[in-house]
Amino acid sequence: MDPHLALQLIIQGILLGGIYGLIALGLSLIFGVMGVINFAHGQMMVMAMYVSYWLFILLSLDPYLSLVGAAAAVFVLGYLIQATVVNRILDYPEAMQVLPLVAMGLILENMALLFWGPDHRSPQTALSLQTLWVGPVMIDVSRLIAFVLAIAITILIFIFLKKTNIGKCIRAAADNRTGAILVGIDVDRIYNTSFALGAATTGAAGVLLLPLMPLSPHMGHDFTLTAFIVVILGGMGNLIGALVGGLILGLAESVATLFLPATLKQVVSFSLLVVIMLFRPQGLFGGKK
Amino acid sequence: MLRVEGIDVYYGDLQALREVSLEVNRGEVVAVIGSNGAGKSTLLRTVSGILRPRRGQIMFNAANISQARTSRIVEQGISHVPEGRQIFPTMTVLENLEMGAQFPRTQKVQQETLAQVYAIFPRLKERRSQKAGTLSGGEQQMLAMGRGLMARPALMMLDEPSLGLAPLLVSKIFEIIQHIHRQGTAILLIEQNVFHSLKIADRGYVLENGQIVLSGSGRQLLENPHIRKTYLGL
Ligand SMILES: Nc1ncnc2c1ncn2[C@@H]1O[C@H](COP(=O)(O)OP(=O)(O)OP(=O)(O)O)[C@@H](O)[C@H]1O
Ligand SMILES: [Mg+2]
Repeated sequence: MDPHLALQLIIQGILLGGIYGLIALGLSLIFGVMGVINFAHGQMMVMAMYVSYWLFILLSLDPYLSLVGAAAAVFVLGYLIQATVVNRILDYPEAMQVLPLVAMGLILENMALLFWGPDHRSPQTALSLQTLWVGPVMIDVSRLIAFVLAIAITILIFIFLKKTNIGKCIRAAADNRTGAILVGIDVDRIYNTSFALGAATTGAAGVLLLPLMPLSPHMGHDFTLTAFIVVILGGMGNLIGALVGGLILGLAESVATLFLPATLKQVVSFSLLVVIMLFRPQGLFGGKK
Repeated sequence: MLRVEGIDVYYGDLQALREVSLEVNRGEVVAVIGSNGAGKSTLLRTVSGILRPRRGQIMFNAANISQARTSRIVEQGISHVPEGRQIFPTMTVLENLEMGAQFPRTQKVQQETLAQVYAIFPRLKERRSQKAGTLSGGEQQMLAMGRGLMARPALMMLDEPSLGLAPLLVSKIFEIIQHIHRQGTAILLIEQNVFHSLKIADRGYVLENGQIVLSGSGRQLLENPHIRKTYLGL
Protein backbone atom coordinates (compact mmCIF):
# COMPACT_ATOMS: atom_id res chain seq x y z
CA MET A 1 0.00 0.00 0.00
CA ASP A 2 1.21 3.47 -0.84
CA PRO A 3 1.74 5.35 2.44
CA HIS A 4 1.30 8.69 0.70
CA LEU A 5 -2.05 7.65 -0.64
CA ALA A 6 -3.08 6.43 2.82
CA LEU A 7 -2.04 9.75 4.37
CA GLN A 8 -3.90 11.57 1.66
CA LEU A 9 -7.07 9.62 2.34
CA ILE A 10 -6.77 10.09 6.08
CA ILE A 11 -6.52 13.84 5.68
CA GLN A 12 -9.35 13.98 3.17
CA GLY A 13 -11.48 11.87 5.47
CA ILE A 14 -10.90 14.07 8.47
CA LEU A 15 -11.66 17.20 6.44
CA LEU A 16 -14.92 15.73 5.16
CA GLY A 17 -15.66 14.41 8.66
CA GLY A 18 -15.74 17.95 10.04
CA ILE A 19 -18.63 18.71 7.70
CA TYR A 20 -20.39 15.45 8.58
CA GLY A 21 -19.99 16.55 12.17
CA LEU A 22 -21.66 19.88 11.45
CA ILE A 23 -24.60 18.22 9.68
CA ALA A 24 -24.99 15.79 12.55
CA LEU A 25 -24.70 18.57 15.11
CA GLY A 26 -27.92 20.05 13.81
CA LEU A 27 -29.69 16.69 13.96
CA SER A 28 -28.37 16.02 17.44
CA LEU A 29 -29.39 19.46 18.67
CA ILE A 30 -32.94 18.92 17.44
CA PHE A 31 -33.08 15.49 19.01
CA GLY A 32 -31.50 16.66 22.24
CA VAL A 33 -33.98 19.48 22.73
CA MET A 34 -37.22 17.94 21.50
CA GLY A 35 -36.61 14.22 21.30
CA VAL A 36 -37.57 14.31 17.63
CA ILE A 37 -35.51 12.82 14.82
CA ASN A 38 -35.55 15.17 11.86
CA PHE A 39 -36.00 12.84 8.91
CA ALA A 40 -36.00 15.85 6.61
CA HIS A 41 -32.52 16.87 7.71
CA GLY A 42 -30.59 16.13 4.53
CA GLN A 43 -33.35 17.61 2.42
CA MET A 44 -33.14 20.86 4.39
CA MET A 45 -29.44 20.89 3.71
CA VAL A 46 -30.11 20.53 -0.01
CA MET A 47 -32.47 23.52 0.12
CA ALA A 48 -29.66 25.68 1.47
CA MET A 49 -27.37 24.36 -1.25
CA TYR A 50 -29.80 25.41 -3.98
CA VAL A 51 -30.23 28.84 -2.44
CA SER A 52 -26.49 29.27 -2.41
CA TYR A 53 -26.13 27.79 -5.90
CA TRP A 54 -28.62 30.22 -7.40
CA LEU A 55 -27.09 33.19 -5.67
CA PHE A 56 -23.86 32.07 -7.30
CA ILE A 57 -25.38 31.67 -10.76
CA LEU A 58 -27.53 34.79 -10.70
CA LEU A 59 -25.35 37.20 -8.74
CA SER A 60 -21.95 35.49 -9.01
CA LEU A 61 -21.89 35.48 -5.25
CA ASP A 62 -19.31 33.01 -4.01
CA PRO A 63 -20.91 30.27 -1.81
CA TYR A 64 -18.72 31.30 1.13
CA LEU A 65 -20.32 34.74 0.93
CA SER A 66 -23.87 33.45 0.63
CA LEU A 67 -23.37 30.97 3.47
CA VAL A 68 -24.99 33.17 6.07
CA GLY A 69 -27.90 34.05 3.78
CA ALA A 70 -28.54 30.45 2.78
CA ALA A 71 -28.34 29.30 6.39
CA ALA A 72 -30.75 32.09 7.34
CA ALA A 73 -33.21 30.95 4.68
CA VAL A 74 -33.17 27.42 6.07
CA PHE A 75 -33.40 28.85 9.60
CA VAL A 76 -36.73 30.41 8.60
CA LEU A 77 -37.81 27.17 6.91
CA GLY A 78 -36.95 25.20 10.05
CA TYR A 79 -38.75 27.69 12.28
CA LEU A 80 -41.90 27.37 10.19
CA ILE A 81 -41.74 23.57 10.05
CA GLN A 82 -41.42 23.39 13.82
CA ALA A 83 -44.17 25.92 14.44
CA THR A 84 -46.65 24.38 12.02
CA VAL A 85 -45.88 20.66 12.13
CA VAL A 86 -43.44 19.45 14.73
CA ASN A 87 -44.90 21.26 17.76
CA ARG A 88 -48.15 19.39 17.12
CA ILE A 89 -46.61 15.94 17.13
CA LEU A 90 -44.25 16.17 20.10
CA ASP A 91 -46.53 14.25 22.44
CA TYR A 92 -47.20 11.48 19.94
CA PRO A 93 -45.46 8.11 20.17
CA GLU A 94 -42.08 8.16 18.43
CA ALA A 95 -43.18 5.87 15.60
CA MET A 96 -45.89 8.38 14.69
CA GLN A 97 -43.48 11.30 14.69
CA VAL A 98 -41.54 9.65 11.88
CA LEU A 99 -44.21 10.02 9.22
CA PRO A 100 -44.77 13.78 9.20
CA LEU A 101 -41.04 14.39 9.07
CA VAL A 102 -40.39 11.83 6.36
CA ALA A 103 -43.26 13.48 4.49
CA MET A 104 -41.65 16.86 5.00
CA GLY A 105 -38.45 15.48 3.52
CA LEU A 106 -40.30 14.18 0.47
CA ILE A 107 -42.05 17.50 0.00
CA LEU A 108 -38.78 19.41 0.13
CA GLU A 109 -37.09 16.95 -2.20
CA ASN A 110 -39.86 17.19 -4.76
CA MET A 111 -39.99 20.93 -4.48
CA ALA A 112 -36.31 20.99 -5.34
CA LEU A 113 -37.03 18.71 -8.29
CA LEU A 114 -39.88 20.94 -9.42
CA PHE A 115 -37.98 24.20 -9.13
CA TRP A 116 -34.56 23.16 -10.28
CA GLY A 117 -35.01 19.96 -12.27
CA PRO A 118 -33.25 16.62 -11.92
CA ASP A 119 -29.86 17.72 -13.29
CA HIS A 120 -26.66 17.41 -11.36
CA ARG A 121 -25.06 20.79 -11.00
CA SER A 122 -21.48 21.62 -10.08
CA PRO A 123 -20.76 25.29 -9.64
CA GLN A 124 -17.26 26.25 -10.75
CA THR A 125 -16.40 28.59 -7.92
CA ALA A 126 -13.12 30.44 -7.71
CA LEU A 127 -11.65 27.87 -5.39
CA SER A 128 -13.40 24.71 -6.47
CA LEU A 129 -10.45 23.28 -8.38
CA GLN A 130 -7.57 24.77 -6.47
CA THR A 131 -5.26 22.48 -4.60
CA LEU A 132 -2.49 22.80 -2.13
CA TRP A 133 0.53 20.54 -1.74
CA VAL A 134 1.76 19.80 1.73
CA GLY A 135 4.86 17.66 1.15
CA PRO A 136 3.61 14.68 -0.82
CA VAL A 137 -0.03 15.23 0.11
CA MET A 138 -2.50 17.09 -2.06
CA ILE A 139 -5.31 18.95 -0.35
CA ASP A 140 -8.30 20.58 -2.05
CA VAL A 141 -8.42 24.17 -0.91
CA SER A 142 -12.21 24.18 -0.75
CA ARG A 143 -12.15 21.05 1.37
CA LEU A 144 -9.76 22.67 3.81
CA ILE A 145 -11.84 25.84 4.00
CA ALA A 146 -14.97 23.76 4.51
CA PHE A 147 -13.33 21.93 7.39
CA VAL A 148 -12.07 25.08 9.08
CA LEU A 149 -15.42 26.82 8.75
CA ALA A 150 -17.30 23.74 9.91
CA ILE A 151 -15.21 23.59 13.06
CA ALA A 152 -15.56 27.35 13.56
CA ILE A 153 -19.36 27.15 13.24
CA THR A 154 -19.42 24.22 15.64
CA ILE A 155 -17.46 26.23 18.20
CA LEU A 156 -19.76 29.23 17.71
CA ILE A 157 -22.79 27.05 18.39
CA PHE A 158 -21.20 25.72 21.56
CA ILE A 159 -20.49 29.25 22.74
CA PHE A 160 -24.02 30.31 21.82
CA LEU A 161 -25.53 27.49 23.88
CA LYS A 162 -23.18 28.04 26.79
CA LYS A 163 -23.18 31.82 27.10
CA THR A 164 -26.24 33.50 25.64
CA ASN A 165 -29.58 33.73 27.34
CA ILE A 166 -31.42 32.05 24.45
CA GLY A 167 -28.77 29.33 24.42
CA LYS A 168 -29.31 28.70 28.10
CA CYS A 169 -33.07 28.61 27.62
CA ILE A 170 -32.56 26.01 24.88
CA ARG A 171 -30.50 23.88 27.25
CA ALA A 172 -33.04 24.33 30.01
CA ALA A 173 -35.90 23.26 27.73
CA ALA A 174 -33.82 20.25 26.63
CA ASP A 175 -33.09 19.32 30.24
CA ASN A 176 -36.58 19.60 31.63
CA ARG A 177 -39.57 20.83 29.68
CA THR A 178 -41.85 21.22 32.72
CA GLY A 179 -39.16 23.08 34.63
CA ALA A 180 -38.59 25.39 31.69
CA ILE A 181 -42.30 26.17 31.33
CA LEU A 182 -42.59 26.86 35.05
CA VAL A 183 -39.78 29.41 35.18
CA GLY A 184 -41.65 31.28 32.45
CA ILE A 185 -39.74 30.26 29.34
CA ASP A 186 -41.92 30.25 26.22
CA VAL A 187 -40.98 26.68 25.40
CA ASP A 188 -42.80 26.57 22.06
CA ARG A 189 -40.78 29.53 20.86
CA ILE A 190 -37.56 27.98 22.16
CA TYR A 191 -38.45 24.77 20.29
CA ASN A 192 -39.00 26.74 17.08
CA THR A 193 -35.65 28.41 17.56
CA SER A 194 -33.90 25.12 18.27
CA PHE A 195 -35.28 23.42 15.19
CA ALA A 196 -34.42 26.47 13.14
CA LEU A 197 -30.90 26.50 14.52
CA GLY A 198 -30.49 22.78 13.78
CA ALA A 199 -31.73 23.41 10.25
CA ALA A 200 -29.45 26.41 9.75
CA THR A 201 -26.51 24.34 10.92
CA THR A 202 -27.11 21.65 8.35
CA GLY A 203 -27.77 24.37 5.79
CA ALA A 204 -24.38 25.93 6.46
CA ALA A 205 -22.77 22.51 6.14
CA GLY A 206 -24.48 22.05 2.79
CA VAL A 207 -23.09 25.30 1.45
CA LEU A 208 -19.61 24.19 2.52
CA LEU A 209 -20.15 20.97 0.55
CA LEU A 210 -21.24 22.82 -2.57
CA PRO A 211 -17.78 23.16 -4.14
CA LEU A 212 -17.00 19.54 -3.25
CA MET A 213 -19.76 17.53 -4.86
CA PRO A 214 -22.40 17.83 -7.55
CA LEU A 215 -25.76 19.11 -6.36
CA SER A 216 -28.96 17.23 -7.15
CA PRO A 217 -32.48 17.14 -5.66
CA HIS A 218 -32.14 13.54 -4.52
CA MET A 219 -28.94 13.79 -2.54
CA GLY A 220 -30.76 14.69 0.68
CA HIS A 221 -31.59 11.10 1.77
CA ASP A 222 -28.01 10.03 1.93
CA PHE A 223 -27.14 12.91 4.15
CA THR A 224 -30.11 12.35 6.45
CA LEU A 225 -28.80 8.82 6.82
CA THR A 226 -25.19 9.91 7.29
CA ALA A 227 -26.21 12.41 9.95
CA PHE A 228 -28.34 9.79 11.66
CA ILE A 229 -25.47 7.30 11.76
CA VAL A 230 -23.09 9.94 13.09
CA VAL A 231 -25.53 10.89 15.82
CA ILE A 232 -25.96 7.28 16.88
CA LEU A 233 -22.21 6.84 16.79
CA GLY A 234 -21.59 9.82 19.04
CA GLY A 235 -24.62 9.41 21.28
CA MET A 236 -28.12 10.77 20.57
CA GLY A 237 -28.37 14.39 21.61
CA ASN A 238 -24.69 14.62 22.53
CA LEU A 239 -23.16 17.53 20.63
CA ILE A 240 -19.49 16.71 21.20
CA GLY A 241 -20.39 13.18 20.15
CA ALA A 242 -21.77 14.52 16.87
CA LEU A 243 -18.51 16.24 16.05
CA VAL A 244 -16.28 13.29 16.94
CA GLY A 245 -18.70 10.85 15.29
CA GLY A 246 -18.52 12.93 12.11
CA LEU A 247 -14.74 12.83 12.09
CA ILE A 248 -14.73 9.07 12.64
CA LEU A 249 -17.24 8.39 9.87
CA GLY A 250 -15.47 10.71 7.42
CA LEU A 251 -12.19 9.01 8.17
CA ALA A 252 -13.63 5.50 7.93
CA GLU A 253 -15.38 6.18 4.63
CA SER A 254 -12.29 7.71 3.13
CA VAL A 255 -9.79 5.11 4.26
CA ALA A 256 -12.13 2.32 3.20
CA THR A 257 -11.68 3.36 -0.44
CA LEU A 258 -8.26 1.72 -0.14
CA PHE A 259 -9.99 -1.63 0.15
CA LEU A 260 -13.43 -1.15 -1.33
CA PRO A 261 -14.79 0.43 -4.48
CA ALA A 262 -16.10 3.94 -3.72
CA THR A 263 -19.64 2.90 -4.62
CA LEU A 264 -19.62 0.61 -1.58
CA LYS A 265 -18.98 3.56 0.74
CA GLN A 266 -22.22 2.97 2.59
CA VAL A 267 -21.10 -0.51 3.57
CA VAL A 268 -18.65 1.23 5.83
CA SER A 269 -21.13 3.49 7.53
CA PHE A 270 -23.63 0.70 8.06
CA SER A 271 -20.96 -1.64 9.40
CA LEU A 272 -19.89 1.05 11.80
CA LEU A 273 -23.51 1.47 12.85
CA VAL A 274 -23.92 -2.27 13.45
CA VAL A 275 -20.74 -2.46 15.49
CA ILE A 276 -21.78 0.49 17.64
CA MET A 277 -25.27 -0.90 18.19
CA LEU A 278 -23.76 -4.21 19.28
CA PHE A 279 -21.10 -2.96 21.64
CA ARG A 280 -22.10 0.51 22.72
CA PRO A 281 -25.75 1.20 21.92
CA GLN A 282 -25.72 4.46 23.89
CA GLY A 283 -23.04 5.81 21.51
CA LEU A 284 -19.41 6.66 22.16
CA PHE A 285 -20.17 9.61 24.40
CA GLY A 286 -23.50 8.50 25.85
CA GLY A 287 -26.77 10.08 24.90
CA LYS A 288 -30.26 10.96 26.04
CA LYS A 289 -33.14 8.51 26.68
CA MET B 1 -54.43 38.08 46.26
CA LEU B 2 -55.17 34.69 44.66
CA ARG B 3 -58.78 33.64 44.30
CA VAL B 4 -59.69 30.32 42.76
CA GLU B 5 -63.41 30.35 42.03
CA GLY B 6 -65.22 27.06 41.49
CA ILE B 7 -62.89 25.45 38.99
CA ASP B 8 -63.49 22.12 37.26
CA VAL B 9 -60.39 20.56 35.73
CA TYR B 10 -60.22 17.47 33.54
CA TYR B 11 -57.59 15.17 32.13
CA GLY B 12 -59.40 14.12 28.97
CA ASP B 13 -62.67 12.70 30.28
CA LEU B 14 -61.37 12.24 33.81
CA GLN B 15 -62.46 14.99 36.14
CA ALA B 16 -59.65 15.78 38.60
CA LEU B 17 -61.09 18.88 40.32
CA ARG B 18 -64.75 19.62 41.11
CA GLU B 19 -65.81 23.17 41.88
CA VAL B 20 -62.69 23.92 43.83
CA SER B 21 -62.58 27.36 45.43
CA LEU B 22 -59.77 28.71 47.53
CA GLU B 23 -58.16 31.93 48.49
CA VAL B 24 -54.72 33.13 49.50
CA ASN B 25 -54.44 36.61 50.95
CA ARG B 26 -51.41 38.82 51.10
CA GLY B 27 -49.01 37.67 53.81
CA GLU B 28 -50.68 34.30 54.41
CA VAL B 29 -49.44 30.75 54.54
CA VAL B 30 -52.16 28.51 53.20
CA ALA B 31 -51.86 24.73 53.25
CA VAL B 32 -53.72 22.28 51.05
CA ILE B 33 -53.69 18.73 52.32
CA GLY B 34 -55.06 15.56 50.83
CA SER B 35 -54.07 11.99 50.12
CA ASN B 36 -52.47 10.63 46.94
CA GLY B 37 -54.44 11.40 43.84
CA ALA B 38 -56.70 13.93 45.57
CA GLY B 39 -55.88 16.57 42.97
CA LYS B 40 -53.41 18.75 44.84
CA SER B 41 -50.82 18.96 42.06
CA THR B 42 -53.58 19.41 39.51
CA LEU B 43 -54.71 22.49 41.43
CA LEU B 44 -51.25 24.06 41.27
CA ARG B 45 -50.79 23.14 37.61
CA THR B 46 -54.05 24.90 36.83
CA VAL B 47 -53.08 28.05 38.70
CA SER B 48 -49.79 28.01 36.75
CA GLY B 49 -51.61 27.79 33.44
CA ILE B 50 -50.29 24.35 32.49
CA LEU B 51 -53.84 23.01 32.70
CA ARG B 52 -56.98 24.98 31.93
CA PRO B 53 -60.14 24.99 34.02
CA ARG B 54 -63.19 23.92 32.05
CA ARG B 55 -65.42 25.93 34.39
CA GLY B 56 -64.72 28.59 37.00
CA GLN B 57 -61.96 31.15 37.06
CA ILE B 58 -58.71 32.10 38.71
CA MET B 59 -58.10 35.68 39.76
CA PHE B 60 -54.73 37.09 40.76
CA ASN B 61 -54.63 40.68 42.01
CA ALA B 62 -57.92 41.41 40.26
CA ALA B 63 -56.71 40.02 36.91
CA ASN B 64 -58.32 36.91 35.45
CA ILE B 65 -55.45 34.52 34.77
CA SER B 66 -57.52 31.43 33.92
CA GLN B 67 -56.45 31.54 30.27
CA ALA B 68 -53.10 33.33 30.64
CA ARG B 69 -49.84 31.78 29.45
CA THR B 70 -47.58 30.37 32.13
CA SER B 71 -44.88 32.92 31.32
CA ARG B 72 -47.36 35.76 31.96
CA ILE B 73 -48.45 34.18 35.22
CA VAL B 74 -44.86 33.85 36.45
CA GLU B 75 -44.15 37.40 35.36
CA GLN B 76 -47.08 38.65 37.39
CA GLY B 77 -45.60 37.12 40.53
CA ILE B 78 -46.62 33.48 40.98
CA SER B 79 -43.77 30.98 41.35
CA HIS B 80 -44.51 27.27 41.25
CA VAL B 81 -41.97 24.95 42.86
CA PRO B 82 -43.23 21.74 41.33
CA GLU B 83 -43.61 18.16 42.42
CA GLY B 84 -40.39 16.29 41.65
CA ARG B 85 -38.36 19.52 41.62
CA GLN B 86 -37.96 19.65 37.82
CA ILE B 87 -34.53 21.24 37.95
CA PHE B 88 -32.16 21.34 34.95
CA PRO B 89 -29.75 18.46 35.69
CA THR B 90 -27.01 19.16 33.13
CA MET B 91 -26.83 22.85 33.97
CA THR B 92 -24.89 24.22 36.91
CA VAL B 93 -26.55 25.33 40.12
CA LEU B 94 -25.88 28.95 39.21
CA GLU B 95 -27.35 28.49 35.71
CA ASN B 96 -30.43 26.89 37.23
CA LEU B 97 -30.88 29.91 39.45
CA GLU B 98 -30.31 32.33 36.57
CA MET B 99 -33.06 30.57 34.64
CA GLY B 100 -35.43 31.57 37.41
CA ALA B 101 -35.06 35.22 36.42
CA GLN B 102 -36.66 35.37 32.97
CA PHE B 103 -38.12 38.85 32.82
CA PRO B 104 -36.73 42.39 32.77
CA ARG B 105 -38.31 43.04 36.17
CA THR B 106 -36.38 40.14 37.72
CA GLN B 107 -33.23 40.39 35.62
CA LYS B 108 -32.64 43.96 36.73
CA VAL B 109 -32.30 42.85 40.34
CA GLN B 110 -30.84 39.43 39.58
CA GLN B 111 -27.56 39.86 41.47
CA GLU B 112 -29.34 41.17 44.53
CA THR B 113 -31.87 38.32 44.48
CA LEU B 114 -29.07 35.83 43.99
CA ALA B 115 -27.33 37.13 47.10
CA GLN B 116 -30.58 36.74 49.05
CA VAL B 117 -31.05 33.19 47.77
CA TYR B 118 -27.49 32.31 48.71
CA ALA B 119 -28.09 33.78 52.18
CA ILE B 120 -31.09 31.48 52.63
CA PHE B 121 -29.34 28.47 51.08
CA PRO B 122 -25.59 28.75 51.74
CA ARG B 123 -25.25 25.21 50.40
CA LEU B 124 -26.28 26.41 46.94
CA LYS B 125 -23.52 29.01 47.00
CA GLU B 126 -20.93 26.35 47.83
CA ARG B 127 -22.24 24.18 45.00
CA ARG B 128 -22.84 26.93 42.46
CA SER B 129 -20.50 25.55 39.76
CA GLN B 130 -21.63 21.97 40.20
CA LYS B 131 -24.06 20.26 37.80
CA ALA B 132 -27.49 20.29 39.39
CA GLY B 133 -28.03 16.60 38.58
CA THR B 134 -25.24 15.66 40.99
CA LEU B 135 -26.92 17.33 44.00
CA SER B 136 -28.55 15.29 46.76
CA GLY B 137 -32.34 15.19 46.97
CA GLY B 138 -32.43 17.81 49.70
CA GLU B 139 -30.10 20.10 47.80
CA GLN B 140 -32.21 19.70 44.67
CA GLN B 141 -35.26 20.76 46.65
CA MET B 142 -33.36 23.82 47.86
CA LEU B 143 -32.36 24.57 44.29
CA ALA B 144 -35.95 24.30 43.09
CA MET B 145 -37.03 26.70 45.82
CA GLY B 146 -34.11 29.04 45.11
CA ARG B 147 -34.98 29.04 41.41
CA GLY B 148 -38.57 29.90 42.33
CA LEU B 149 -37.37 32.81 44.47
CA MET B 150 -35.33 34.21 41.57
CA ALA B 151 -38.66 35.17 39.98
CA ARG B 152 -39.32 37.47 42.97
CA PRO B 153 -42.76 36.02 43.56
CA ALA B 154 -45.53 37.66 45.51
CA LEU B 155 -46.97 34.15 45.89
CA MET B 156 -44.92 30.99 46.05
CA MET B 157 -46.65 27.66 45.49
CA LEU B 158 -44.79 24.62 46.82
CA ASP B 159 -45.76 21.08 45.83
CA GLU B 160 -44.68 18.59 48.50
CA PRO B 161 -41.31 20.19 49.23
CA SER B 162 -40.53 17.73 52.04
CA LEU B 163 -41.23 14.58 50.03
CA GLY B 164 -38.50 11.97 50.38
CA LEU B 165 -36.31 14.02 52.72
CA ALA B 166 -34.80 12.91 56.03
CA PRO B 167 -36.65 14.21 59.14
CA LEU B 168 -33.95 16.73 60.00
CA LEU B 169 -34.09 18.20 56.49
CA VAL B 170 -37.88 18.27 56.59
CA SER B 171 -37.75 20.56 59.62
CA LYS B 172 -35.15 22.68 57.88
CA ILE B 173 -37.33 23.07 54.76
CA PHE B 174 -40.31 24.11 56.89
CA GLU B 175 -38.13 26.66 58.68
CA ILE B 176 -37.04 28.07 55.35
CA ILE B 177 -40.62 28.30 54.14
CA GLN B 178 -41.45 30.34 57.23
CA HIS B 179 -38.42 32.50 56.62
CA ILE B 180 -39.48 33.19 53.03
CA HIS B 181 -42.95 34.00 54.31
CA ARG B 182 -41.61 36.47 56.89
CA GLN B 183 -39.79 38.29 54.10
CA GLY B 184 -43.16 39.09 52.58
CA THR B 185 -44.04 36.26 50.20
CA ALA B 186 -47.41 34.58 50.51
CA ILE B 187 -47.21 30.78 50.49
CA LEU B 188 -49.53 28.15 49.06
CA LEU B 189 -48.20 24.90 50.43
CA ILE B 190 -49.17 21.41 49.39
CA GLU B 191 -48.09 18.69 51.74
CA GLN B 192 -48.65 15.15 52.85
CA ASN B 193 -46.82 16.12 56.02
CA VAL B 194 -50.09 17.28 57.51
CA PHE B 195 -48.93 18.01 61.03
CA HIS B 196 -45.99 20.19 60.05
CA SER B 197 -47.83 22.14 57.38
CA LEU B 198 -50.96 22.86 59.42
CA LYS B 199 -48.75 24.07 62.23
CA ILE B 200 -47.17 26.78 60.10
CA ALA B 201 -50.30 27.56 58.08
CA ASP B 202 -52.63 30.45 58.79
CA ARG B 203 -55.38 28.58 57.02
CA GLY B 204 -55.80 25.22 55.39
CA TYR B 205 -58.00 23.32 52.96
CA VAL B 206 -58.60 19.59 52.75
CA LEU B 207 -58.92 18.17 49.27
CA GLU B 208 -60.50 14.74 48.79
CA ASN B 209 -61.32 13.21 45.41
CA GLY B 210 -61.00 16.54 43.69
CA GLN B 211 -63.26 18.42 46.09
CA ILE B 212 -62.61 20.72 49.02
CA VAL B 213 -64.26 18.98 51.94
CA LEU B 214 -63.00 21.09 54.83
CA SER B 215 -61.34 24.40 55.44
CA GLY B 216 -60.40 26.50 58.41
CA SER B 217 -57.51 27.95 60.33
CA GLY B 218 -54.46 25.77 60.76
CA ARG B 219 -55.27 25.23 64.41
CA GLN B 220 -58.94 24.39 63.78
CA LEU B 221 -57.95 21.78 61.26
CA LEU B 222 -55.33 20.27 63.54
CA GLU B 223 -58.05 19.80 66.15
CA ASN B 224 -60.64 18.50 63.72
CA PRO B 225 -61.55 14.86 64.52
CA HIS B 226 -61.79 13.84 60.83
CA ILE B 227 -58.31 15.15 60.13
CA ARG B 228 -56.89 13.68 63.32
CA LYS B 229 -58.28 10.30 62.38
CA THR B 230 -57.66 10.25 58.62
CA TYR B 231 -54.46 12.23 58.19
CA LEU B 232 -52.73 12.15 61.56
CA GLY B 233 -53.67 8.62 62.61
CA LEU B 234 -54.54 9.73 66.11
N1 LIG C 1 -51.36 13.65 33.23
C1 LIG C 1 -52.44 13.03 33.73
N2 LIG C 1 -53.27 12.37 32.89
C2 LIG C 1 -54.37 11.74 33.39
N3 LIG C 1 -54.71 11.73 34.68
C3 LIG C 1 -53.92 12.37 35.55
C4 LIG C 1 -52.74 13.05 35.12
N4 LIG C 1 -52.13 13.59 36.20
C5 LIG C 1 -52.91 13.26 37.26
N5 LIG C 1 -53.98 12.53 36.87
C6 LIG C 1 -55.05 12.02 37.75
O1 LIG C 1 -55.68 13.12 38.37
C7 LIG C 1 -55.93 12.86 39.74
C8 LIG C 1 -55.26 13.92 40.61
O2 LIG C 1 -53.85 13.85 40.43
P1 LIG C 1 -52.85 14.81 41.19
O3 LIG C 1 -51.51 14.56 40.63
O4 LIG C 1 -53.37 16.18 41.13
O5 LIG C 1 -52.93 14.27 42.67
P2 LIG C 1 -52.11 14.69 43.94
O6 LIG C 1 -53.09 15.09 44.97
O7 LIG C 1 -51.08 15.69 43.59
O8 LIG C 1 -51.45 13.33 44.37
P3 LIG C 1 -49.99 13.01 44.95
O9 LIG C 1 -50.07 13.24 46.42
O10 LIG C 1 -49.80 11.58 44.63
O11 LIG C 1 -49.01 13.90 44.28
C9 LIG C 1 -55.40 11.46 40.00
O12 LIG C 1 -56.51 10.58 39.95
C10 LIG C 1 -54.47 11.19 38.87
O13 LIG C 1 -54.47 9.82 38.54
MG1 LIG D 1 -49.06 15.68 43.54
